[in-house]
Amino acid sequence: MDPVLLVASIMVSATPILLAAIGEMVVEKSGVLNLGVEGMMIVGAVMGFAIAVTTGSPVLGFLGAAVASAVLSLSFGLLTQYLLSNQVATGLGLTLVGLGLSALIGSNYEGQRAPSLAKLDIPGLGGIPVLGPMLFAHDFVVYLSLALVAAVWAFLKYTRAGLILRAVGEDHESAHALGYKVVRVRMLAIAFGGACAGLGGAYVSLVRVPQWTEGMTAGAGWIALAIVVFASWRPLGVLIGAYLFGGVSVIQLNLQAAGTTVPVELLSMSPYLITIIVLVIISARGAHGAPGSLGRPFHAAS
Amino acid sequence: MADTLLSIRGLTKAYPGVVANDDVSFDIMKSEIHALLGENGAGKSTLVKMIFGLVKPDKGEMVLDGVAYAPGKPSDARLSGVAMVFQHFSLFDALDVAENVALGMETPPPMRDLARQIREVSENYGLPLDPFRVVGTLSAGERQRVEIIRCLLQNPRLLIMDEPTSVLTPQEVEILFQTLNQLKSEGTSILYISHKLEEIRTLCDEATILRLGKNVGTCTPREVTARQMAEMMVGASFATPEPKAGEKGEVLLKCDHLSMPAPGAFGTPLREISLEVRAGEVLGIGGVAGNGQDELLMALSGERLAPKGTIWFKGRDVSRDGPIRRRDAGLLSGPEERLGHAAAPNMSLTENAVLTAARRKRLVNNGFIDWGKAKGFAEEVIARFDVRTPGPGVAARALSGGNLQKYVVGREILQAPDVFVVNQPTWGVDAAAAAAIRQALLDLAAKGAAIVCISQDLDELMEISDRFGALNEGRLSPTRPVAELDIEKIGLMMGGAHDMEVAHADG
Repeated sequence: MDPVLLVASIMVSATPILLAAIGEMVVEKSGVLNLGVEGMMIVGAVMGFAIAVTTGSPVLGFLGAAVASAVLSLSFGLLTQYLLSNQVATGLGLTLVGLGLSALIGSNYEGQRAPSLAKLDIPGLGGIPVLGPMLFAHDFVVYLSLALVAAVWAFLKYTRAGLILRAVGEDHESAHALGYKVVRVRMLAIAFGGACAGLGGAYVSLVRVPQWTEGMTAGAGWIALAIVVFASWRPLGVLIGAYLFGGVSVIQLNLQAAGTTVPVELLSMSPYLITIIVLVIISARGAHGAPGSLGRPFHAAS
Repeated sequence: MADTLLSIRGLTKAYPGVVANDDVSFDIMKSEIHALLGENGAGKSTLVKMIFGLVKPDKGEMVLDGVAYAPGKPSDARLSGVAMVFQHFSLFDALDVAENVALGMETPPPMRDLARQIREVSENYGLPLDPFRVVGTLSAGERQRVEIIRCLLQNPRLLIMDEPTSVLTPQEVEILFQTLNQLKSEGTSILYISHKLEEIRTLCDEATILRLGKNVGTCTPREVTARQMAEMMVGASFATPEPKAGEKGEVLLKCDHLSMPAPGAFGTPLREISLEVRAGEVLGIGGVAGNGQDELLMALSGERLAPKGTIWFKGRDVSRDGPIRRRDAGLLSGPEERLGHAAAPNMSLTENAVLTAARRKRLVNNGFIDWGKAKGFAEEVIARFDVRTPGPGVAARALSGGNLQKYVVGREILQAPDVFVVNQPTWGVDAAAAAAIRQALLDLAAKGAAIVCISQDLDELMEISDRFGALNEGRLSPTRPVAELDIEKIGLMMGGAHDMEVAHADG
């Protein structure tokens, strides 16, 4: 198997999960548990696909997917932050709504092909032998996802807004007492998480596959959720988790194609299993760092 | 008047069913330490929240230094030079000191400059603090310093302090008072809220007393006695508990070199704790918060199982018994944290009664809860301990701190324990309710129960205990009869000076 192709396809395979997971990490850092990642991803997938096919522009598709999923996530925000509904139940509901909605919207688009997204041609770098085609011959979304991880890390560590976001997630009562708008911060985080999940979903339907089939995200949203937890809410951990999952997925597909004697079911299971095992080992030692207010409803008592 | 910093005129705030503040007016002068006194539910918190912009008044106005002052949010208050140190620290355990300070500021400088400023201010005011320590690892006194420094960095004109000394050692209180006096001499005014009347007499220039949301009078604390102030607060005389010098019976509870590892990253290990409590005796355990109080209570209640042979109840080894078996035997306990530990916040008072009294009061029949009986028991607690609530069906969360405290302590006392271990029985409770709880503890002891009372209120311990010991870093000092002690010796015991004696004995 060509190692150049392998690494390149691992990067493609990891990107949707990385996008969804980094968004969800920000949401959880603000103290909200949104279990609707899968639903937001699939809506992003279908909206991105539909818009890209209609307009012929994959970039517009990605934009539309981000907006659509952010709007969807705001419905979750409205329910949980203003109407104080239960976050777990609402998040699960969001996934079910997303799956149903995407099937409805997508029924006219089955069997079509998405316009292909141009590879970003980085002058100089792309020409390097081996490394060039491996790392520097991807579309802009791959780099966007990596830049996003770095940006989120810097945002949380160095900026005041990031500090406020962490404070809100750590102890919303204290943050409120200091005069920070807990609900507003959380709504912004939820919308960001939604937009990231939408981008991730659109990447599946526009680049990875690239066509629309019902339920095509196939649990990627759930694995993104698990990655956030096992990464102990750290951006670097999310990056490792997503690439590990992407890596094992690609390798097991290649093994299936090569016709090994290992049962297909075991191989299909392996990315989920290995990612979780590795991340459990990582998180077993060291601090866990779950945000103190994660999943707790906030009601501003006067 | 030119010397008035903040003038409060006719502030009124009503909540459904209760008027929290009713036409409250008073003035705070420049360079004045002004006390705000009142029972729980008298409306102090609401008043302070209005001054700090957390709550909008229904009526009335405030004038700050000659300018109309109506803060819509805390940041407005901070910009006007009003800062506040909260009773329940608004700190974030997982963040470090500098980050916590930055969160409380409007326009914080970059982290490195901020750390330097924190060091400067902390040295100027004698409040040593490392800006990069994680707040979760700090003691209560150090946490308070974080709050104070956060306020001082903004050069406030008015500093509001909500019960600042409830968690400090006498030595720490002294340092705090020096800091406050230094601030006062620099021209800052301080609004000081406290239950501790003696403190107010030593520290404050003026006092405003609230009762049921109304301003019932001002006085100059130095010129009146603590008792007079307390009576203004309560509106009637209250009884001071009477300790009795009765005969002590047999040893009911004994700890024998009890050592346990810390329960978590922010906990304290217990180290070689030995103690004995006899029937009819009250053992007071003092110490600064975070020196093993919670851990000791958990070990005695059975919440964490102790090593074999370390805890003896009526001559039987109960170290490996869980809380239910200990309760059945007559060893009851009341933890410090009212909401979430002593009571389940969202459950009704009746349900909370069932949670601890199910077996001792036989509230359960063949696995089914006898709700009638449970309600009866809850009502008995409410009546006997004067818990102010519409009824036993109300959620625990809805009660004010003092009322819930009366309920959770009363619930245990009415189960007639042989040994009662209680942590901070009167924390955040007003003078009248605190006196009632202490009297109930003394009555229980008079009936032949042994009581272990863990508290950070030394006056309370002096009042009700027969013997006293202090916890320091998980070690318990030798216990001594309170008659032999004064506040200074206790301060030394709390600071761990007893270690020197141990060293002598060993070497």
